[in-house]
Amino acid sequence: MSVFVNKHSKVIFQGFTGEHATFHARDAISIGTQVVGGVTPGKGGTTHLGLPVFDTVAEAVAATGADVSAVFVPPPFSADALMEAIDAGIKVAVTIADGIPIHDMVQVQRYRVGKDAIIIGPNTPGIITPGECKVGIMPSHIYRRGNIGIVSRSGTLNYEATEQMTALGLGITTSVGIGGDPVNGTDFVTVLRAFEADPETEVVVMIGEIGGPQEVAAARWAKDHMTKPLIGFVAGVAAPAGRRMGHAGAIIASEADTASAKMDAMEALGHYVARNPAHIGQTVLEAMRKQGIAIR
Amino acid sequence: MNIHEYQAKELLQSFGVPVPSGSVAYNSTQASQVAEELGGNRWVVKAQVHAGGRGKAGGVKVVSSLDEVKKAADAMLGSRLITHQTGPEGSLIQRVLIEQASTIRDELYLGFIIDRASQRITLIASSEGGMEIEEVAKTHPEKIITEIVDPAIGLRDFQCRKVATAIGLKGKLMPQAVRVMKAIYRCMRDNDALQAEINPLAIVGGDDDLRLMVLDAKFNFDDNALYRQKTITEMRDLQEEDPKEVEASGHGLNYIALDGNIGCIVNGAGLAMASLDAITLHGGKPANFLDVGGGASPEKVTNACRIVLEDPNVQCILVNIFAGINRCDWIAKGLIQACDSLKIKVPLIVRLAGTNVEEGRKILKESGLTFITAENLDSAAEKAVAIVKG
Repeated sequence: MSVFVNKHSKVIFQGFTGEHATFHARDAISIGTQVVGGVTPGKGGTTHLGLPVFDTVAEAVAATGADVSAVFVPPPFSADALMEAIDAGIKVAVTIADGIPIHDMVQVQRYRVGKDAIIIGPNTPGIITPGECKVGIMPSHIYRRGNIGIVSRSGTLNYEATEQMTALGLGITTSVGIGGDPVNGTDFVTVLRAFEADPETEVVVMIGEIGGPQEVAAARWAKDHMTKPLIGFVAGVAAPAGRRMGHAGAIIASEADTASAKMDAMEALGHYVARNPAHIGQTVLEAMRKQGIAIR
Repeated sequence: MNIHEYQAKELLQSFGVPVPSGSVAYNSTQASQVAEELGGNRWVVKAQVHAGGRGKAGGVKVVSSLDEVKKAADAMLGSRLITHQTGPEGSLIQRVLIEQASTIRDELYLGFIIDRASQRITLIASSEGGMEIEEVAKTHPEKIITEIVDPAIGLRDFQCRKVATAIGLKGKLMPQAVRVMKAIYRCMRDNDALQAEINPLAIVGGDDDLRLMVLDAKFNFDDNALYRQKTITEMRDLQEEDPKEVEASGHGLNYIALDGNIGCIVNGAGLAMASLDAITLHGGKPANFLDVGGGASPEKVTNACRIVLEDPNVQCILVNIFAGINRCDWIAKGLIQACDSLKIKVPLIVRLAGTNVEEGRKILKESGLTFITAENLDSAAEKAVAIVKG
């Protein structure tokens, strides 16, 4: 098992014929992802990578039965593309773009209310279930299949943690990047809930950063609702207050926003915490040994 | 992006929000002319810098003659205002706002933010204006009123009445409060603001002529939406920003100066922050945060090296790349190009991982240049710290 995407997921690419979409669609197919087509308005009826191209998501869904969309649309058009995906019945829409206006995401999140769809991102590397399905831009070769669920705000820090785990022989069920924006489609709690429900996931790693209340809210939720151990790390101990550190959402606005405060809170709630970004893999390994969880 | 108080007030006025009569001045002669045209016998001279805490720092003067207006403007213009937000070097005052002074009966607080928990615009109000809202939140949390706005519906009158009642705006002030709140909400939404803060919102005028008036306003706008906000973009004052950060953003780089000696070039904000953390944990001090972003071309990498090296404190550069959408071979080519064109003398510690890592490592190795390579984050940070510690 896995969360959100697996070998049965039928994936389309919105903005299919663009450079990055083409590169990552190829990579996704090479690891076994069922890519069934794509959407580029105005290019409907043609083919790309040997797959059908449609003008609208609705047509693509009707013709292919797609239930997952990789949204590779530039930031000014991303909100519209996400709403189109949800309207067409897509169940998981992953939006890679960094730079979507926040008010647009406020609209998207409002549009999503009452609809049975999940948005992952924006500003995310996406989601991968190794050997089954990749919807995103991550280097798929660093991911190895195992029993750890990983969720992060940062993309490259997710890669960093994954490589450390892979080097220690640890593998993952699914990796979910929720993205670095202040208003995002899926929060930590939603992903933790999915990992808790997934029988194959035995340990969960949560990687956060400065700014916002998400990490602590998730740690609190995990204490009350999770049976599986949670290992946390929060980036930005060395970050100055009041400065936006690259990600739109990474800004220390109050004491509770600091990395140290978040990690202290996680520890106080009984979770494992890696205090050093270079020791995330090691901390996961130690936690698994302590909990008697098999390494696989 | 931030704007000046006078710009915020002009913007609010265009949405029908009452602000004092006033105008900006760039020199003291202009300042007294403005005051003369405004008329009256009491004026406020306000230093226009983006930092908060101006009042306490001497950046706001109430005066009662045209001569005093000129004197106050003279003293402010060209001097540096040091507030708790500017740092010890302060901010250079290049513009002053001259306004007719109001007789203030009471001061309230109004703010709009995008609340990260509800993911919606949220109105924050308090009867305690004129002081920092964070202070009120600490000492009198019960005096902070919040109201969440449904983006599909917009801010409704009843919500404004609820908030107005809670902060003590009654009688004739109630309908004014509704109008003001709705106007600020529209102003925020239509201009892609992340935050609008009115502090204080004052009650002015005589007993039979009570009015609401915005005495200070602060806005912060979404950089990602500036492409569709021409008016706001034109308000940008580059003098208020760090010239190196402005230059970096022009090259698609995200740079923030820090006070250490280990330069950093990293891809991705999270990994960049983690790299600073790793350096700090090894006992070193990072000189900067720099995210080269995705799709970093050799030119972008060269620009990154140049900007980092403009800081004279930099004794070595840690390059940490975990390529997803990036490519290690491009980064390697960029580093070689940078060494060549910039004649880099400080050691470069390079850690490459991810997409096309083998090609990248090969390019560095075959270049004949001396790069200190590191296999992982820990050893990269350790090597960098060892170099600066000699």
